[in-house]
Amino acid sequence: MNLRYVDPVKIKSTVRELCVTANTILRDDVLAAIKDLYEVETEGTPAKNMLKVLVDNAEIAAAEKLALCQDTGMVAVFVEMGNRVVIKDALIQDIINEGIKEAYEDACFRRSVVDGPLSRNNTGTNTPGIIHLEVKNGDKIMIAVMPKGFGSENKSRSIMLDPTADAEEIVKFCVETVKLAGPDACPPYILGVGLGGTMEHSAFIAKKALLRDITLRNQDTHIADLENKIKEEANNLGIGIMGLGGISTVIGVNIETAPTHIAGMPLTVNVSCHATRSASTEI
Amino acid sequence: MGKVRKISTPLKGQDIRTLNAGDEVLISGEIYTARDQAHLRLYKMIKEGRELPLDLSDKIIYYCGPTPAGDRIIGSCGPTTSGRMDRFTPVLIEHGIRGLIGKGKRSAEVRDTIRLAKAVYFIAPSGAGAYLSKKVVASEIIAFDDLGPEAVYKLEVRDFPVIVAIDSEGRDIYV
Repeated sequence: MNLRYVDPVKIKSTVRELCVTANTILRDDVLAAIKDLYEVETEGTPAKNMLKVLVDNAEIAAAEKLALCQDTGMVAVFVEMGNRVVIKDALIQDIINEGIKEAYEDACFRRSVVDGPLSRNNTGTNTPGIIHLEVKNGDKIMIAVMPKGFGSENKSRSIMLDPTADAEEIVKFCVETVKLAGPDACPPYILGVGLGGTMEHSAFIAKKALLRDITLRNQDTHIADLENKIKEEANNLGIGIMGLGGISTVIGVNIETAPTHIAGMPLTVNVSCHATRSASTEI
Repeated sequence: MGKVRKISTPLKGQDIRTLNAGDEVLISGEIYTARDQAHLRLYKMIKEGRELPLDLSDKIIYYCGPTPAGDRIIGSCGPTTSGRMDRFTPVLIEHGIRGLIGKGKRSAEVRDTIRLAKAVYFIAPSGAGAYLSKKVVASEIIAFDDLGPEAVYKLEVRDFPVIVAIDSEGRDIYV
């Protein structure tokens, strides 16, 4: 087996750049969805005015390398590491955290991470990130970063459905989650939905689902139908941007599934805002 | 919905009473940031009868923790979710706060307190912190420096765009 040695500095600088890109340049698919809504939202309404603010915000952020949102989040990092990759004299988690630290210091992003749920001392570096490491065949490292604010993270929910639950129950829980989030978590929302696995795995794939371009549907047509159904019903809630009503409640529903147990159907909905940020690359 | 209005701080009672839920408003003047930990501290100081680091009378509080300024006046500075401050808001209103800026819905208790005190709750464009940073013309930390992004900043804003979400009659756009 040919091994490939990867320089830790290369990994660190890649994570750093991905954090900066994700926080300052709105994803193409998300920006396009907001522009589309702006075109069709009713003329003269505050909702339309606010959609224009979001388009302007994306332009200012990109031009000035300024954070799209002041909540530059806790960074989730998804790593798919080839089994032929060797990183000498360094632990990949440490390298990634160094990359996050540098990005947040250099680009003046907000450090929002505290050392414990009760002690709550700011670590001053926005680390640790939440690092998900998977091993794949090959000699490449795939890295995706997702800095996500807690306005929307706070509205995410999990449920353990019965194994006999039908599509209707799944849709109901997802739509109910949007209703509970209401205007609080910066609609129009993107929902990352994890269905199957175990409880914690459903939460993992729910968040990972947010990485997928929102214009792409799940390849399984039954799941794609579910995505469309959830989006349609959630939009019927009429929450709209900032809760001002109108058509802009949900702009994307991405479902990921996993094998699960005969006795259950774990379901997690990760609510994400209209400034859903991520960036990825391969080393 | 209503027309775009301009108001300046400090808030005057007669100005507040002319604002209706749904009105689009441009605020100019001083506003003060405070979010979770600053609220907790102010709340405890009030309960313990200690002197506060700022006079709350007729002030507007903005639920915001900006990104570091670097060489700018301020970094990205949009609103955070207001609901987390609901537990502290009635006491702050009792001690003089008349305006609140954030995002999202408030509790029935907050709504009642706003109505009784003739205060007002605004929502600002959320997730648009870069855009809002252009509406801030001066910024300084005036309290709780050790809280970092959660410190209390005095912001001088010009035509800062908000929408009245709960007016002084207790009308709430989300109810």
